[in-house]
Amino acid sequence: MSAILPPSERIWWKQPIDRAEGTWVAIALVWCLIMFFMMPYWHVYGKQNYKGEAYRTTPAAFSVKVEEMVQNHTVRHVTDRNIPVVRPPAGSDVYLLARLWDWYPALELRKGETYRLHMSSMDWQHGFSLQPLNINMQILPGYETVITITPDSSGEFTIVCNEYCGILHHQMLGKIYVVD
Amino acid sequence: MREQFRTCPRTGLIFHRPAENLIKANAVAAVVFLLVGGFLGLLVVLTRWQAVHLLGPDTFYQALTGHGVITLLVWIIFFEIALLYFCASTLLRSRLATPRLGWLAFGLMMIGAAMTAIAILQGGSSVMMTSYVPMPAAPQFYLGLIIFAVGALIGCFIFLGTLVIARAERTYEGSIPLVTFGALTACIIAIFTIASGAVILVPTFLWSVGYISQIDPLMYRVIWWAMGHSSQQINVAAHISVWYAIAAIVFGARPMSERVSRMAFLLYIFFLQLASAHHILVDPGVGTEWKLFNTSYAMYLAVLASMIHGLTVPGAIEVSQREKGLNNGLFEWLRKAPWGNPVFSGMFISLVGFGFLGGITGVIMGTEQLNLIIHNTMYVPGHFHPTVAVGTTLAFMAISYYLVPALFQRELVLPTLAKWQPYLFGIGTSLMGLFQMGAGTLGVSRRHWDMAFAGSPFSFEYGGTAHMMMGLAGFFGVISSIGAAAFIIIMVGTILFGKRVSEKSEYTTKRPARLPRAEPAPDHSNIGVAGFVAPGTFILALVFLATFVVYFFLNFGYLSSVWPMS
Repeated sequence: MSAILPPSERIWWKQPIDRAEGTWVAIALVWCLIMFFMMPYWHVYGKQNYKGEAYRTTPAAFSVKVEEMVQNHTVRHVTDRNIPVVRPPAGSDVYLLARLWDWYPALELRKGETYRLHMSSMDWQHGFSLQPLNINMQILPGYETVITITPDSSGEFTIVCNEYCGILHHQMLGKIYVVD
Repeated sequence: MREQFRTCPRTGLIFHRPAENLIKANAVAAVVFLLVGGFLGLLVVLTRWQAVHLLGPDTFYQALTGHGVITLLVWIIFFEIALLYFCASTLLRSRLATPRLGWLAFGLMMIGAAMTAIAILQGGSSVMMTSYVPMPAAPQFYLGLIIFAVGALIGCFIFLGTLVIARAERTYEGSIPLVTFGALTACIIAIFTIASGAVILVPTFLWSVGYISQIDPLMYRVIWWAMGHSSQQINVAAHISVWYAIAAIVFGARPMSERVSRMAFLLYIFFLQLASAHHILVDPGVGTEWKLFNTSYAMYLAVLASMIHGLTVPGAIEVSQREKGLNNGLFEWLRKAPWGNPVFSGMFISLVGFGFLGGITGVIMGTEQLNLIIHNTMYVPGHFHPTVAVGTTLAFMAISYYLVPALFQRELVLPTLAKWQPYLFGIGTSLMGLFQMGAGTLGVSRRHWDMAFAGSPFSFEYGGTAHMMMGLAGFFGVISSIGAAAFIIIMVGTILFGKRVSEKSEYTTKRPARLPRAEPAPDHSNIGVAGFVAPGTFILALVFLATFVVYFFLNFGYLSSVWPMS
C-alpha cells in the first residue's frame, strides 16, 4: 500500500528509475517535441494557417466598410429577406459582418482567386464555421479578424454560427457561393 | 475540541471525527448536485439527438448552462474538497486544521452553488458555463460563482493547514505519501485557478450591476480560460491521485518510482498555467508566436506528465500482480484483475478512457492549426466528456465504492448493480464522446439547438452520417445517464438504508500511531519479461503511442484538404 504511505526510502529521489519507465519517458518526450515541431513546420510548409492578422475596430466603423462593399458590388438578392449577394473583385478586401442572428452579406467568390476576408461582430461573440468544409474561427465584437482565403472548390458553402449567441442562434446562417 | 479518532475495521483507515463529518457533508452535497447536473445532461442529449429533439431552444440553453456549471464545477469541486480533507487528515492520520472554517467553506459553497443554480433556473442567465461577455447574465449568476470559489479556496487552505499540522505533530514518517502529494498538486493548481477566476469574475460581476462599462471580450476569454482550463488540471491531478490510491488499496501497489511520479505531478504545476491558449487558437488579437508557444511551451510537458502517469499507474498494478505470482506472459496480471470490483473496474475504465479518448483529442485540439477544423464543433464535448466524465467523475465514483461504506459504516446496497455501474457509465460516456467527436469532425456545432436550422432564411443540411453520429451520441448519452443514476441510487441507498457494519468502531481520544513508511520494494529480478518488470503495460503504452501518432497525422491530412488560408 505504498502510494498511500510515505516512501520506503528516506531519500526517495535517488532511487534508480525502472527500465520501462525510463524508456517510456524518453519516447514520450521525443513525441512531445515532434508535436510541437509540427506547428512551426506547418506555418512554413502547410497551406492552412491563421497568421493572426487582426485589428481593433468598432461596430460602427466596420459596418461602414461592409455597406460600401454591398453598395458597389451587389449582383443579386436571395431568400425572402432579400439578402444581397456581393461579388467582390478578385484579390480584394471582403467584409463579412456577424450579428444577431445573421451573417451579412452573402458572398460570391471565384474559385482559385485569393481574397482577404475581414470579419467582425456587431454585438456578442459569434463563431464562423464554414460548412461542409469545417473551417472554424472565433469572431469577437471590437476585433476585426482578417484571413486570406483561396477557395479551391466551387459550389454553395454555408456559414454556421458555432458560438452560442442567444435564442435564435440556430437560425444564424450565411452563404458563400464559389463559382468557376 | 477534543481529538477524536476511530479506526475503520474494514479498511484500517483512521478518521478524525471533524474531518470525517466534513468529508461526508461535502461528498453528499457532491452526489446531490451530480443528480441535478446529470439529469440536465440527459435533457441535453435527448435534445441534441435530432430524432427526439426534446426541449425548446430556451429550455435547452438553460439546461445546457445548468449541466455545465453543476456537473463540471459544483459536483466535481465538492468531491475534490472531500478528497483533499481525506488525503490530508485521513491518510496522514492527522487532525484536520480549523474544522469550523471547514463548515464555513461548506456553507459558502452551498450558498454560492444554490445562488448560481437559481439564477440559471430563473431563465435570465442561459449564458453557458463560459458566460462569454458581452452576453449578460443576472448579477447573482456571477456572484454565486464567486462565493462558491471563496468557499473552495478556504477548503484549499484547510488542506494546507492540515499538512502543516501533520508535519509539526509528526503524524507520519518521512515524506508525505504520493497520493497526498498529488492532492497537494491539485490544491496548488486550485489556488492559482481561483485567483484567475477572481480576476475575471469580480469585474464581470461589477459590469453586470453597472459599475464597469465594458469588459473586453478577448481579455475575458484569456483570463476566464486561465480559470476554466486550469480547473481541469485540478481534476486531472485529483483523479490521477485517486488512480494511485486505488492501485494501492486494491492491489497494494507501490509506485514504480516515487521520483518519476512526483516529477510528473510537478510538471502539471509548471506547465499548464497559460493553457488558456488552447481556447483562443482561432481568436483574433493574440499573435501566432504567443499561441504556438503557450499551447505547448515548446514541448508539451503537461502532456508528457499525463503520458507518464498513464504508464506508471497500470505499471504499478502490473508489478504488484506479478509479485503475487500472476507472472505468466504479458497480460495475465490484467486478465486476472478483479473486474467485478467496481473500485478497480471504475478506475481502469477511467484510465483507458481518459488516455485514449480524452488525452489524445485534447492534444489534437491544442495544436494550433488543427484547432481550425475543430473549434466549437461537437468534437469539443467529444473530448471533454471522456476527460472529465470518464476520467474524473468515474474515478471519483470508483473511490466512492471504497470510501462511502467506510465513512458511513454501512454495507453497500445493490452489489450486483454496483458491479455493472462503472461499465454502464464508463463505456456509455466513452462511446457518447466518440460519436460526438465523429459529428464534430463532420462539422456539427456544439451548443446548438437545431442542426436542421429551422426558421433560417438559408438552408443547410448535414449529411446522414452526421445525423447518425448525433443519434448514436444521444443513445449512449442515455446509457451514460443510466450509469450515473445507478451510482446515485447505490450511494443514496447505502447511506440511508445500507445494513450497519457489524464490527464496532468507537471514537477514542487516543492519538493514532505514527504512519509508518512503506515496506521496501522486494527484489524484482524474478518477475517480468526481458528485463522489464511491467512489459504488458509497456506494450499497452506503445499501442497508445501508435494510436496517438496515427491520429495526429490523420488530422493534419484532413486539415490539408480544406481551402488554403493564411
